[in-house]
Amino acid sequence: MAMRLRLDHVTADYQIGPVRSPRVLREVSMSLQPGTFTAVVGPTGAGKSSLLKVLNGLLLPQSGQAEIGDITIDGKSSKRLLKAVRKRVGLVFQFPESQLFAETVEQDISFGPLNFGAHPRNVHALAEKVIAQVGLDESILYRSPFSLSGGQKRRVAIAGVLALEPEVLALDEPTAGLDPTGKEELLSLLKQWNKQNGLTILMVTHDMESVARYADDVVVMEKGRAVFHDSMRKLFEDTERLEKWQLDVPDARRFQLEFEVRSGTRLPRVCLTEDELADALIEVGRV
Amino acid sequence: MNKLILGRYFPGDSLIHRLDPRAKLISGIAFIFISFLAKNSQGLFLLWLFTFFVMSTTRVGFRAFFRGVRPLIWLILFTVFLQILFTAGGTIYFNWGPIKISEYGLANALFIFSRFVTIIVVTTAVTLTTKPMELTDGLTFLMRPLRILRVPVDELSMMLSIALRFIPNLLDEMQRIMDAQKARGAVFGEGSLFHQMKALVPIFLPLFSSSLNRGEELANVMDVRGYRSELPRSSFRRLIWKIKDTVCMLVILLLIAAFAVLNLI
Amino acid sequence: MKDLMIDVENVTFRYDRREQTDALSSVSFKAEKGKWLSVIGNNGAGKSTLAALLIGLIQPSQGTIRINGVALDEESKWTIRRSAGIVFQNPDNQFIGATVQDDVAFGLENLNVPADQMRLRVTEALETVGMLNYRTADPTQLSGGQKQRVAIAGVLALRPDLLILDEAFVMLDPRSRRELLATLKRLKTERDLTILSITHDMNEAAASDRILVLKQGHVARSDTPAHIFSEETELAAPFSERLRRLLLKKGRRAPESYRTESEMVQWLCD
Repeated sequence: MAMRLRLDHVTADYQIGPVRSPRVLREVSMSLQPGTFTAVVGPTGAGKSSLLKVLNGLLLPQSGQAEIGDITIDGKSSKRLLKAVRKRVGLVFQFPESQLFAETVEQDISFGPLNFGAHPRNVHALAEKVIAQVGLDESILYRSPFSLSGGQKRRVAIAGVLALEPEVLALDEPTAGLDPTGKEELLSLLKQWNKQNGLTILMVTHDMESVARYADDVVVMEKGRAVFHDSMRKLFEDTERLEKWQLDVPDARRFQLEFEVRSGTRLPRVCLTEDELADALIEVGRV
Repeated sequence: MNKLILGRYFPGDSLIHRLDPRAKLISGIAFIFISFLAKNSQGLFLLWLFTFFVMSTTRVGFRAFFRGVRPLIWLILFTVFLQILFTAGGTIYFNWGPIKISEYGLANALFIFSRFVTIIVVTTAVTLTTKPMELTDGLTFLMRPLRILRVPVDELSMMLSIALRFIPNLLDEMQRIMDAQKARGAVFGEGSLFHQMKALVPIFLPLFSSSLNRGEELANVMDVRGYRSELPRSSFRRLIWKIKDTVCMLVILLLIAAFAVLNLI
Repeated sequence: MKDLMIDVENVTFRYDRREQTDALSSVSFKAEKGKWLSVIGNNGAGKSTLAALLIGLIQPSQGTIRINGVALDEESKWTIRRSAGIVFQNPDNQFIGATVQDDVAFGLENLNVPADQMRLRVTEALETVGMLNYRTADPTQLSGGQKQRVAIAGVLALRPDLLILDEAFVMLDPRSRRELLATLKRLKTERDLTILSITHDMNEAAASDRILVLKQGHVARSDTPAHIFSEETELAAPFSERLRRLLLKKGRRAPESYRTESEMVQWLCD
């Protein structure tokens, strides 16, 4: 089943007590195709996390609306409707390991499915399935989440969201604080779920290497607006606008730009990974 | 959480905002005693006059003060009714068994009501116009004499200022965890009381565990930055007593004098 | 040879006697004054344990640590911390003061520095990290990068000889990370500051004077970036090295050993 996500002129802010925050999202309109791997980038405070919260029904639009498949949410949506949305769009917060609370990993993973009315008899099989999906051994299900290493906790927390069997997985900086190996493993898992299970993925990140290597599309947020939504390659080809949005480029591209300036030779195309760069260098006969 | 106005700082630049916290604390405490000096209608008038003067000088707006009084309104009304119903003396307007509504009863009720409300308003004015850390500084200074009694004044003030510093962080953290559990289908504030209590476990356990972590990290940071409670520390922030603070104290003395005169004639 | 800032000899540490393995076992290394030493290794390799040992938060079960010639113990740690500081990972849990300047002053208050001198040093430290305009701001108004700058200023106010960074940049976005690194590089040369940085960022490690590789509590290697990246091929590498290895794999012409990014570009241009 293909579910489309659409935002239509969504404006939103947070109400904290009597104080209203400045607009965190301004007139955001976008449409997310099912099965894509989309990265959301932009400076701190640009509204990236808020965008995810709107799609998950945690932040309601003040004006405009969000369509999650055939459900439309706006400022007045009922709690029941929002709950239905949360089943479809799984949201993994930044440092999700801080939300673990149950006595065992299995109980923690079951928390979500039970909230959504899964039968207690079925959740065990579900827990086994998702723990394998995140690449952990089944025996971990019976351990206390507090006894695990940081990287394992992170995966357990993600498994707890996967257990909702969402159609879209939205993640807020899922690799923050992981070591290079852990980061690579997690990103490959995400890519695998995206390719094999057709899971739509929306990932907030600061790391342009991950964007270049894993994302199909990119959304650029700036001061609460979505100023770019197109293919990843298009973004990195546009050196001028990257500069304007203060976005980094992947290592390979940075290297290429420096090489082109210093050698006076232009490579045939924009290179985003070392493989592409090596091939281009071979093509122009430098190596 | 958001209704509690007492103990909140309201940013501003009024005369009262700029007063030394020590002057404000002393005045606030003095006012509590002063309010008991109002014994006749002139005194009552003076009490209210001073209170309105303070309220308008803070430039915070009257609504903030009403919100300060609101949480205590039932307590105030309860006390007022007890006074009305059970105080005898003077002309009796209504009589039903032990319950009498008398002239004295009404008068007493009015005084108690006035004391209650003016004290709350004036103390709220102090907290609304003073940053928490300034309040801590002021309190520490005023508690200094207690050192003689071996009260660990400096440790207490360090504890207080750190607690105040981390309240916003804890609230943020709680909001974040609540959101995360909501995203996993948790619903708060619905169902039976038992259900609602149970729904809090997924919030408070993580919050508790992260607070412990935070506490440990913070203790480490204080340690490596050389904090030793047993050694003397200098203080970066200095309270500077200015002319307006002396004027403030004079106003309070004047107020006391005025009440003394009113009570003598 | 220059003076040693850090001299670690045969240090072993175990968190819990019941545990089978040491968090660190027989770790020895040295760092010269004014050098930048990067410590790399996967999570669980003992990097943060090492940092805690160096600043005296925990005591080694065996072995000795000398900081600037002084043997570190429960008593001398207070003296050592007058000229050595550490910045931890989480910016939120390190902010003690209610405002930026109060926080920077915390360490000086603990040393009982007179107030007027304190003002001077706080201003100087905040200026160095570019946060002087924020001195009266409270932490909730700051970004993660700004908070870490304040934490660094808190150490700099002590006018230290040694700065330890325990994954201090992990939670920052790449831009604030680069800016902070540039600031620290400048300080290192200007003040002869020794920096020990625990990091996952291979580009940062590549730019340091020496690298210490920790693996499961052991020192797997301690050498210059050039040697480490040329020879430890299973280690994650900075970009120029990844490119060099790839070219070799494709059977193409490539430099025979590790080159920095700038050297690699130059090599390609020649």
